[in-house]
Amino acid sequence: MGTLTEEIFSRRLGRDVHAGEIVVAPVDYAMAHDVTGPLAIEAFRKLGVPLWDPERVIMVFDHILPANTVASAGLHKIVRDFADEYGVTHVFQEGICHQLMVEKGFIRPGGIVVGADSHSTTYGALGCFSAGFGSTDIAVTFATGKTWFRVPETIRINLRGALPPGIFPKDLALKVIRMLGAEGANYLAVEWGGEAVEVMSVDERLTLANLTVDFGGKAGLCEPDEHTRAYLGEAEVFDLHPVSPVYRSLIEVDAETLEPQIACPPAIDNVQDLSMVAGTQLDEVFVGSCANGRIEDLAIVASYFEGRQVHPHTRTIVVPASKQIYMEALARGYIQTFMEAGALVMNAGCGPCLGRQHGVLGAGERALSTSNRNYAGRMGSAQADIYLANPAVAAASALAGMIADPRDISKSENPPPRPSPARGEGVISQRERVGGRN
Amino acid sequence: MARIFKFGDGISTDAIIPGRYNVTTDAVALGKACFIEARPDFAGSVQPGDVIVGGRNFGCGSSREHAPMAIKAAGVQAVVARSFARIFYRNAINIGLPVIQCDAVYDAVQDGDPVSIDIHSGGINVNGKMFQGETPGPVAVAIMEAGTLIDLIKTRGWAAIEEVS
Repeated sequence: MGTLTEEIFSRRLGRDVHAGEIVVAPVDYAMAHDVTGPLAIEAFRKLGVPLWDPERVIMVFDHILPANTVASAGLHKIVRDFADEYGVTHVFQEGICHQLMVEKGFIRPGGIVVGADSHSTTYGALGCFSAGFGSTDIAVTFATGKTWFRVPETIRINLRGALPPGIFPKDLALKVIRMLGAEGANYLAVEWGGEAVEVMSVDERLTLANLTVDFGGKAGLCEPDEHTRAYLGEAEVFDLHPVSPVYRSLIEVDAETLEPQIACPPAIDNVQDLSMVAGTQLDEVFVGSCANGRIEDLAIVASYFEGRQVHPHTRTIVVPASKQIYMEALARGYIQTFMEAGALVMNAGCGPCLGRQHGVLGAGERALSTSNRNYAGRMGSAQADIYLANPAVAAASALAGMIADPRDISKSENPPPRPSPARGEGVISQRERVGGRN
Repeated sequence: MARIFKFGDGISTDAIIPGRYNVTTDAVALGKACFIEARPDFAGSVQPGDVIVGGRNFGCGSSREHAPMAIKAAGVQAVVARSFARIFYRNAINIGLPVIQCDAVYDAVQDGDPVSIDIHSGGINVNGKMFQGETPGPVAVAIMEAGTLIDLIKTRGWAAIEEVS
């Protein structure tokens, strides 16, 4: 009985669990990356105990990949030495941790997963309870396979109607953040539902779940359904629904009247309709990140870039979220389209999102990004401005050299270069599954 | 006497320790870079025992534990804020940086005001006026009594948390 969160914890603990309870619960997997991993490893070593399970610890090099300084190479070495010493086999350097957790099959409906990264909420798109933690909490999970949770109450968000052309899940998430504020879901779980979510692909739901932490959410869940089952590409058995849930609050958002939403500097909840900031000159456009670096996002951008050139004063950087997405984009011709349009295409990973590599912003520069953070200093200088938007806005803005409305660009003159695959096909069916031990 | 360093709303972990300065596990180096761009004079002027007073959603954003590590290593005795982002709050408690949620104190204090704090009771004394911070949850109390989460788990295991849940 209860919300998706209460259902998941009740099943895991074999008793009725209610929001507000403090529980110690076993988790399926614990993930850390090249920045949070070293601190977790140092804390783990202080405990002086064996690793809980080398096959349930995931290590990803993504925040600085490949290492760009002696210091970052040192961080990588700490992680590699730890993996070698403890027999950790799931060590990846082929994309963003959150994308890999999903692609590699570590995430399943009803699971509980913890990550030493705030955007670990992403896995909720598949109906998994997942939350971000700091390194010390993850170190204790490395040692024990457990962590403690205060089981959160839930905000239910119903997205009504269908998304109009040129409007994407990013706009829905930014609209919700605009309504609730940057701490609107602090300490709470969020359930994303309603007609607009029911027809969304898993890729699109990953964007909603990802951005949940950016208004404070502890977890952001979608009810698993036939899309989830198709995405997992196997005869997954799950039956997970809210059962007579009691929500802390219920938010209704009308998808059909939505305009493109832009998070303006310097805060995620400083959200405006695109028309209010159109024409703002841009020095950089970044397409990528755990929010919007997936194949469907790249397909949107390619459909605008085909046969066109990005503005010469706007460096445009594309970073596929994973190697698998990169290779799918290669196969579909998107990478060639990006490069012919004048964009820079970097190796899969976090890219310039966190201001360490691949497009650091200088003082006085302005960027538009498909990522999820626009704090001062996030992508480089604290005197740089960051605007966040959906991939179509990013594409139109890269072409114009300023914030631009993709609905003003006639896509009929500019057909997508390659046919899009049906949902559940293409990159997804080719996934190499290495996880699944739940 | 300890002084207050006052900050606004929505202080992110990117402001506390920007991404290109947390490429280390060395607390001393992190302390020297604390607020390096958001408030460049901070690390050079903060004295051991000083107190940060923040607005709403202090520590939002990245889960980087480097942020509370940097504040602690800079010498800050405690962070008092109107509200904290969940992961920052948990990280701070886990590493032994006292964090006190208190709404009333914010509008009553200015940068540089002398302050004394009882981190056990959550009492905050500024300019002779007393403010009372909110009582932390039972797990936070257990961790604070042990020192850090590592200390608690190492000495008592999960039983220490199961018995207060």
